[in-house]
Amino acid sequence: MPLDASFVGRTWPAETYEVSLEKIREFAAAVGADDPVHHDREAARQAGHPDVVAPTTFPVVFTWPATRRVVDDPALGLDFSRVIHRDQTFELTRPLHAGDVVTSVVAVDEIRELAGNDVITFRVDVADADGETVATTRATLVGRAGDEDGEA
Amino acid sequence: MSALFDASAGDQLETRTVTITRADLVAYAGASGDLNPIHWNERVALEVGLPGVIAHGMFTMSLAARYVADLAGDPAAVVAFTSRFTRPVVVPDDDAGASVELGAKVTDVADDGTRTVSVTATFDGRGVLGKAVATVRPR
Repeated sequence: MPLDASFVGRTWPAETYEVSLEKIREFAAAVGADDPVHHDREAARQAGHPDVVAPTTFPVVFTWPATRRVVDDPALGLDFSRVIHRDQTFELTRPLHAGDVVTSVVAVDEIRELAGNDVITFRVDVADADGETVATTRATLVGRAGDEDGEA
Repeated sequence: MSALFDASAGDQLETRTVTITRADLVAYAGASGDLNPIHWNERVALEVGLPGVIAHGMFTMSLAARYVADLAGDPAAVVAFTSRFTRPVVVPDDDAGASVELGAKVTDVADDGTRTVSVTATFDGRGVLGKAVATVRPR
């Protein structure tokens, strides 16, 4: 079943996320990022940051749940059990750090069909408390086509 | 000192081999909030036609981002990273885990010193990240 093309260009209400020291530490530890700027406030400050710095891929912690809300909207027509995460992009205007309170706005950039599979690209614009853009992320998901008999 | 910021366009940087175990996937699932069972539950992974439990593409990408950050000598320097997830990394139920080799090559140096870096990740002799490019800016 094709996806609802009217989702292209839509945005959803902003979601707020507070970036914390402990979550940065947990994520950094999980990906083996042992640089002290991810773990030690003093080391981060000595490196010129206001607080511990989030790894480049950290925004996925809040951009994925924000995206997932749209993925799970039945009106879109995407069966999550058949979804493959195909591409991911992170663009940071500045490093995120503990103490940041950010808002994420999800948008659907593109929907198309490729060899019978549904391909959808989500963009998340992330702004800080001053309204300045701090990051933009993009995720392209592929909904694999169902079986020949039409069963998903 | 920075291997990456000392490098010129065309330079290949030192590779790194990382291992991924089931325990790593559980830790990443918790830290990232991505609890999809195909990344920790063999039964579910097999049911959906996968060869076994596979790593989150985002986990492999995060390991690659950390590798580039280490080459730069500054985690905050990695200002952009994009990748395609081309093949799964199958993680066995043993203590050795899956072995992934990471590589990086500088493809461009901008006037302000920003490096464009082509990143590779190889598992079982084949690439698992496609068109992976990091942008690394000196502070």
